[in-house]
Amino acid sequence: MPTFVRTEKCDGCKGQDRTACMYICPHDLMKLDKDGSDTGHAMKSYNQEPEQCWECYSCVKICPQNAIECRHYADVVPLGGSVQPLRGTDSIMWTIKFRNGTMKRFKFPIRTTAEGSIDPYAGKADADMAKIEDNGFFNHNEQNGYRAGDRSELINL
Amino acid sequence: MAEFGNPEVIEESVDILLIGGGMACCGTAFELPRWIEASGKDITVRLVDKAAMDRSGAVAQGLSAINTYIGPEQDPADYARMVSNDLMGITRDDLAYDLGRHVDESVHLFEEWGLPIWKLDENGERFDGSKGMTSLKDGGKPVRSGKWQIMINGESYKWIVAEAAKKALGIENISERVFIVKLINDKNDPSRIAGAVGFSTRDNKVIVYTAKAILLAAGGCVNIFRPRSVGEGTGRAWYPVWNAGSTYSMAAEAGAELTLMENRFVPTRFKDGYGPVGAWFLLFKSKATNAYGEAYMEKNKAMLDDYPPYGAAAVPASCLRNHLMLKEMKDGNGPIWMDTVTALANLRETLSPREVKHLEAEAWEDFLDMCVGQCGIWVGENIEPEKKNSELMPTEPYLLGSHSGCCGIWTSGPTDVGAPTTETEPGVPDHLPQGWNWGYRGMTTVNGLFTAGDGVGASGHKFSSGSHAEGRMCAKSMLKYVLDNADYKPELDTSVEDLVAAVIKPAKTFLEHKDYSTAIDVNPNYITPKMLQFRLQKIMDEYVAGVATYYNTNAEMMQVAGEKIDMLKEDAEKMRAKDLHELLRAWENYHRIITAEAHLKHIEFRQESRYPGFYYRTDKNFVDEENWHCFVNSIYDKKTQKFTCFKRAHVDLVDKSKLFK
Repeated sequence: MPTFVRTEKCDGCKGQDRTACMYICPHDLMKLDKDGSDTGHAMKSYNQEPEQCWECYSCVKICPQNAIECRHYADVVPLGGSVQPLRGTDSIMWTIKFRNGTMKRFKFPIRTTAEGSIDPYAGKADADMAKIEDNGFFNHNEQNGYRAGDRSELINL
Repeated sequence: MAEFGNPEVIEESVDILLIGGGMACCGTAFELPRWIEASGKDITVRLVDKAAMDRSGAVAQGLSAINTYIGPEQDPADYARMVSNDLMGITRDDLAYDLGRHVDESVHLFEEWGLPIWKLDENGERFDGSKGMTSLKDGGKPVRSGKWQIMINGESYKWIVAEAAKKALGIENISERVFIVKLINDKNDPSRIAGAVGFSTRDNKVIVYTAKAILLAAGGCVNIFRPRSVGEGTGRAWYPVWNAGSTYSMAAEAGAELTLMENRFVPTRFKDGYGPVGAWFLLFKSKATNAYGEAYMEKNKAMLDDYPPYGAAAVPASCLRNHLMLKEMKDGNGPIWMDTVTALANLRETLSPREVKHLEAEAWEDFLDMCVGQCGIWVGENIEPEKKNSELMPTEPYLLGSHSGCCGIWTSGPTDVGAPTTETEPGVPDHLPQGWNWGYRGMTTVNGLFTAGDGVGASGHKFSSGSHAEGRMCAKSMLKYVLDNADYKPELDTSVEDLVAAVIKPAKTFLEHKDYSTAIDVNPNYITPKMLQFRLQKIMDEYVAGVATYYNTNAEMMQVAGEKIDMLKEDAEKMRAKDLHELLRAWENYHRIITAEAHLKHIEFRQESRYPGFYYRTDKNFVDEENWHCFVNSIYDKKTQKFTCFKRAHVDLVDKSKLFK
């Protein structure tokens, strides 16, 4: 759907200039209505262009108040279902409610390292300028992933 | 004090500018600093993303599979063959081969950074990626959902890749929420890139960059055709709705040669939600049928014989699979079903009890990781896949170069795989290079302008991992370019004043005329970006082989479309923007028009129907191997605002006959 913001839950990210949902939306849809002139709800965010929403759930997943949900595309989908995540640091929990009331819950891993723990060049060799025009990357085959290929497959050499 | 329509102007000079924050630019951001450090030179870099890198680009939502993983058991030549066959024989083997030999280096890094990758144990049972099993780097066995695809728990795929990119490049060298709208050529050498201009979507700022080298990797193009859902569902495009053709249009306006812009991708997906079908077909072994339970791929198999040799491949091209499906739809044998019920029942018979328990979760995760909207359809319509089948539908057309499509920019390839160095087709404009490796790897025909991911034409099927690897290749070649051109001082061919005026024109138009009418959206002096987009979509849908005509067009229809697009381009000068958000939309839609025009002109030029199932020229409804087994390329003249199309010769660098045995 378009995502929507629950009035009673949104705290406008505690009066900051920008909300988490504004920060993250890939399509610039979420907007903080500072004075309430757009929605009648001052200092709360809203989806300013719901027909452009990809339902990517980036805003739903990042909202610190769990204030954002999705009412799936009304021009396509019957009402009554919901698909709601709770994204943690290493896994995501989904609560799925069908129109007929059937419920399902799933939990999936999302990463095997602590968030923020990546040290991109730790334990990796320096680049060698003598090899800048060669195939491969600065850490050539450090990852055992370079597939040199059978040269006889190349018929135009 | 800056205000809307009167922005603060910032001029910034860097050596290397990266436009985009998706997989490709994340790859560059990771690879480049290491080489700069090795060079010992003070090379400055800036990455600009119109969104936030944690969730930008095509992988923003996540993915349930990495679609390009070669593995130690396959050869890059096999990969190049597959790419060629799926795109009806006309791709650049040099680019595909080069990507194939590099891509796994990036996949293994993703796993090191924390991306969970499904694994098989020694008994062939599959496990999710959180179980600490042997890494791919150390010989762990991935779960193959197809010959080239591996399954992942990919909800945070982009988040993870962006974390590595941001740390490597340094957050101080990254500007989010800046939308680049135009590239700028060099004043003294129009064949060279010198900068770019864009604006902040958060503050009233226009930023003019000068740069020696630019990587343009801003995704493919969505929403140039009228989508099947036109209310709220407009947003439920298959490819990300924020991909606005910026890559192709900005490159074209800067003089870069485009290739295969006639190519498009019309994915067959779960109807309305556009959920992925790959795992269903390949992992769960599901079949697609017409309304009466007939498998159309078998029923209509003989139709493949109309397209030798491509129809004879073990795995027919994606467009030909659509072709067989469309036959059923046109014959009135819809709806088309994905038989999930039978597939899951069959699997229950062969899997271990633990795996059966896991099976339902796997089926749901496939959507939840990358297309939650499809789950929205399932819950709204009470569809449990083990109890009720789901409809399939071919989507509206998309333009892209990284998935099962190959439109894009003509890009310099590797020198060690036997690619041609001369051009045998007559008619290529004199100023354009000969052969396939005229310059630095990843460079376009404009000096200093590089591209990756969806930007690179004639080499589809790179997907997320390949786009990252391609971005890394560009890092090396861009640095080399900058070092080789140490004395070059970019000079913009347009004054800063004129650039700023162009960028904010839609805002000025709005401010000047807004009080003429009482209704803000209906005013004869301007057009809203939204209405302009609707007009473009209507033209493309009705005349250029959209869903309205079952993907049919002909020369006469395209003639009409061309006239309408010319007027649409004129009216684009009158686009309004009432705020920064609408200024973003205005420029996105401008980019869409130029990309759509390229698509139209290329289909018009190519006197055949190269991609049956994606589009048909009813006046040339055949594949003509004798005359059109070639690239169609084009350049755009920004003064006359016209495309010129021409042929380039196609050469096989790997033996394609192996596909047809």
